[in-house]
Amino acid sequence: MTRKRRRLVLVLACGVGLGAAAALALSALSDSVAFFVTPSQIASKAPAPGRTFRLGGLVEAGSLQKFMDDGKPAARFRVTDGTGAVTVSFVGILPDLFREGQGMVALGTLAPDGTFRAQEVLAKHDETYMPKDIADALKKSGHWNPAAGPPPPASTWNTLVPKKLGG
Amino acid sequence: MDASTAFAPPAGGGRNLHRFANPGRFLRASGRVLPWLAAAGLLLTGIGLLWGLFFAPADWQQGDAVRIMYIHVPAAWLASGGYFALALASLASLVWRHPLADLAAAEIGPVGAAATALCLGTGSLWGKPMWGAWWVWDARLTSVLVLFFLYLGHIALVRAFDDPQRGARAGSILALVGVVNLPIIKFSVDWWNTLHQPATITLTGAPTMYVGMLWPLLFSALGFSFGFAALVVARMRAAVMERRIRALLSARARAEAA
Repeated sequence: MTRKRRRLVLVLACGVGLGAAAALALSALSDSVAFFVTPSQIASKAPAPGRTFRLGGLVEAGSLQKFMDDGKPAARFRVTDGTGAVTVSFVGILPDLFREGQGMVALGTLAPDGTFRAQEVLAKHDETYMPKDIADALKKSGHWNPAAGPPPPASTWNTLVPKKLGG
Repeated sequence: MDASTAFAPPAGGGRNLHRFANPGRFLRASGRVLPWLAAAGLLLTGIGLLWGLFFAPADWQQGDAVRIMYIHVPAAWLASGGYFALALASLASLVWRHPLADLAAAEIGPVGAAATALCLGTGSLWGKPMWGAWWVWDARLTSVLVLFFLYLGHIALVRAFDDPQRGARAGSILALVGVVNLPIIKFSVDWWNTLHQPATITLTGAPTMYVGMLWPLLFSALGFSFGFAALVVARMRAAVMERRIRALLSARARAEAA
């Protein structure tokens, strides 16, 4: 074995060892690496009341109520991950992107009655980027209801030529 | 150590790679390539940004804020891609002891750090109006911040020794250890719950982005990449010339002293 070859083997062996160590460490830490917990995780193992954590999921269609609380804007909605759902109450201004069917992450505590009292609400954007006229066309033709779920497969719309409406 | 011994080709194999270890040959070859790299970078970035910022459609819910993407996404790709190039140069430096690899690693660092800073800065500007936060400690954002610190650490380490060889050796080990962060950055959005959304452009499925937004993004990303390469090559040429000038000056000083 030449010296270059020996050095290459040594570097590769170190790489394999380091990669394995990192993989083990990250899989052991995966609970604390997660940015939020989902409603079904709360259902199976509820965090202690009063403990501050982040809850994440989709805002359930038809669940959003906005009202005024002491002259401040407030909202009440349900957050779901498909299997579980948690009711969230929040006093404050919601982000612009917040809507039914959209992902969100809230920081707060679980009240004894099971509602999540949020101190901060962030909107989570999904990975689709769509012009307004395409979104309007999909909604109009009944292919997509943004409050109910994600858009149809990208290949059905990402090269669509929007038809000019009206005229 | 003067310029000629710094670039002395080693005996034995790897002749093709080591052809460019000759500084004169490197300067001639890179001098021919550099104007084309720079022109392609400026032209493609210009087309991509003009197209993206003024002509591409706005997003149906993000509105015009989506246009930060045409800077943020190429910067993010280059932050990771530049680090991969840094790691390749470090591997070549450790295993084959190629003198140009040390030079490349030292000069990729600051350019990559700048791309990472641009990615973090534009991401923050994008996050506030859309998510509602300048910064969150989710796995994607945190791992990119770690990438930024890896770049800064590498920049400091390769310049921290009186003997540049030792700096290059230490820096290449740091760069190779840091490679473990690249898959973490890429897959953080799939492995863990994050606020950052998963990838739009994947190998397996159709991109979930309208084609009229995808084209300017690709132009911009290609332009950024050429620009990145042009900056690195220009910095490498400057470093070679600096070494030559230093060698000439010290030779003259020795002659005057004698």
